Amino acid sequence: MSLLEIHEPGETPLPHAGEGSLAVGIDLGTTNSVVAIAREGVPAALHDETGKALVPSVVAYPQAGGVLVGDAARQLMADESRNVVASIKRLMGRGAADLHAVAGVLPYEIEPGTGQTDMVKLRIGGKARSPVEISAEILKALRKRAEAALDKPVERAVITVPAYFDDAARTATRDAARVAGLEVLRLVNEPTAAALAYGLDKGSEGLYAVYDLGGGTFDFSLLRLEKGVFQVLATGGDTALGGDDFDRAIAERMLAERKQDGLADQVDEAAVKTALALGRHMKEQLSDRDQTSGRLEIAGVPSFHALLRTEFEAMIAAYIARTLDIARHVLADAGMTAPDMQGVVLVGGSTRLPLVREKVAEMIGKPPLTDIDPDEVVALGAALQAEALTGGGDTLLLDVTPLSLGLETMGGIVEKVVPRNTPIPVQLAQEFTTYQDGQTAMAIHVVQGERLARFELLGIPPMTAGAARIRVSFAVDADGLLTVSADERTTGVAQRIEVKPSYGLSHEDMADMLYDSLENAEADMTQRLLTEARVEARRSLLALDAALAKDGGLLAAEERAALDAGRTRLEAAMAGDSRDEINAAAEALETLSKPFAERRMDRGIREALSGLSLGELESRVGE
Amino acid sequence: MDHFARLGLPAALDLEPASLDRAYFALQRQWHPDRFVGRPPEERAKASTEAAALNDAYRTLKDPLSRAVYFAGLKGVELPGDGKTIDDPDLLMEAMEAREALHEAKTAEAVDTLAAESRQGMQAALSGLGSLFLRDDKPAIRKALLRLRYLDKFAEEARARRTNLERVKA
Repeated sequence: MSLLEIHEPGETPLPHAGEGSLAVGIDLGTTNSVVAIAREGVPAALHDETGKALVPSVVAYPQAGGVLVGDAARQLMADESRNVVASIKRLMGRGAADLHAVAGVLPYEIEPGTGQTDMVKLRIGGKARSPVEISAEILKALRKRAEAALDKPVERAVITVPAYFDDAARTATRDAARVAGLEVLRLVNEPTAAALAYGLDKGSEGLYAVYDLGGGTFDFSLLRLEKGVFQVLATGGDTALGGDDFDRAIAERMLAERKQDGLADQVDEAAVKTALALGRHMKEQLSDRDQTSGRLEIAGVPSFHALLRTEFEAMIAAYIARTLDIARHVLADAGMTAPDMQGVVLVGGSTRLPLVREKVAEMIGKPPLTDIDPDEVVALGAALQAEALTGGGDTLLLDVTPLSLGLETMGGIVEKVVPRNTPIPVQLAQEFTTYQDGQTAMAIHVVQGERLARFELLGIPPMTAGAARIRVSFAVDADGLLTVSADERTTGVAQRIEVKPSYGLSHEDMADMLYDSLENAEADMTQRLLTEARVEARRSLLALDAALAKDGGLLAAEERAALDAGRTRLEAAMAGDSRDEINAAAEALETLSKPFAERRMDRGIREALSGLSLGELESRVGE
Repeated sequence: MDHFARLGLPAALDLEPASLDRAYFALQRQWHPDRFVGRPPEERAKASTEAAALNDAYRTLKDPLSRAVYFAGLKGVELPGDGKTIDDPDLLMEAMEAREALHEAKTAEAVDTLAAESRQGMQAALSGLGSLFLRDDKPAIRKALLRLRYLDKFAEEARARRTNLERVKA
């Protein structure tokens, strides 16, 4: 077979990195970004003239024209707040429907896309700009820094993304790199990159956990390290939880204190940005002090605010508890317990908080590993992988898909096709058929996490209902990107469709939330939990409806009435704002419908067994 | 090519986890898409397909239950798809009683006890499979696998129930 030449590891016959353009590793972070390069297995972050490795992920479009990135952009925050954007990563791949996740965190004027499927845009510097183009500015600046430091063109990069990023956010990241003139060699998950940096440096073996709490995202991954193999066993996270939330908690407190003192503030975008910046500064100070204070000035009126570390820790306790909850789930998914872990690696600036370190150590039962700078470790790992991919290397990264992929069939029931934590790449196919004579098109709904993507299959040859055999193939590649393709197997009409995410969940009230950012801010977390409860309740209502439509006859009139009453109570609770009430009503409905479910199961069995001869029963064995 | 052959392993019910890992890692070193960066698109596509097939084989064979179900399939024992009605009255009775017990368990400890029982049941059923295969007793293999599949599902439900109980407590 001459088409494929297999080479021994380390002998990959690629043009050596030394010739022509270089490949770098980039950590495109919510708060800060870092670019690094590895040479002969030794990674180093690239610094600016002043010796700083971190580039604040802040972009400014100044009135005077041009674009500024990093510290220079941040300095404009106070004077030209409307022209400066930070934390853009939180909006990568986000549509109007999931803006609730960032409401209150990002004090920007957001223009929902024209359709439900579009990514949102920000009105910055008097122009609507997409998160992709804003992120591309950060990548361009990193590329320039690398080219200046290395004195060579840089055209290829490994870019890291939160492990929990979905397809839309990954695609947006890849697109941003393209706009910045960078070829993406691979999108690598941030915790995996961190493990790579630790593993190669320290020659560690065994099971490790990576706890990655950045500015805007949280990931928790479990990996097995063995002789150059980095095998991710399970991962989980929250793409809207990070240090930004802590800054906001402090900012809110200060604004509330001003209000108590009778200051009638006009809380506009500039005021929010100033309060957030001060909040971040105070948070950082509390990493190695027991108390701090800050001076907040809004519209020329100053106020002074003291904050004890214990107070701050109480304010963020719920967020930390949520990260630990996620970590416990990931452990359970992998069938592991904390004592199985050889160690835990801390990644991300937010892990500098003493409370985080303490809680993680408590959960894993071991002091966390922190010897590599948590702000740089991800970029260093990415650089190592960039070198391995271009120069040939012996390490092997085996990663998994963070979110289950499901197919929504008629009646809103989701059938899992790829469970979360499946090793990537993964490819699989499922067969469908038409349900109407002469049908030439059909829609397929793919669910990833809480997102719904809709695919139209067109050009199905007209046949009688049920005759067509349509094979739909799903592939998640090594970058975690999803491709769906379909072909009709009797005639071989194939069509390949790139994923265009659309958002099928109805978050009717979400768009409104954006505009009163700070008032609603403290309700953000509550709101998110409330939304989850509603979605969950809606799912069980759909399932109940499907069951009633099929087997409603199994119920006596009064039982049916009781179920309907329970259903009405749940709907009423869903219309309200209490998560506890929704959960209680959902639980009550479940109890009410239990006898019905059991009867359905009984009937299923009776149907399966009745009226069949022994021979028929035997033949069912083959089904 | 069946999953065992793909990984270069003899088709067997029992598989040493370390040898499965070794075979899988060695082949992924050869086929993982990371080894094909910068190669022509058709080579990359081929590598992707091979790596995906290896992942599928590895995942299927790694878990003792899914390996047993797959091995049984190779031996001509087919099981109904997941979520199909159970057609074994004994198993149905066992399932209903266990669900009832789980529903009535009000503490994490009580759930743990039930989960431990079902785990023991799984262990016993798994270790009993070998002799059924030796006898090639297809109906008994099928019955045992359906029961295992149910026990596995029950363990998952117990886990969910436990998480719920802890959340209520917290």
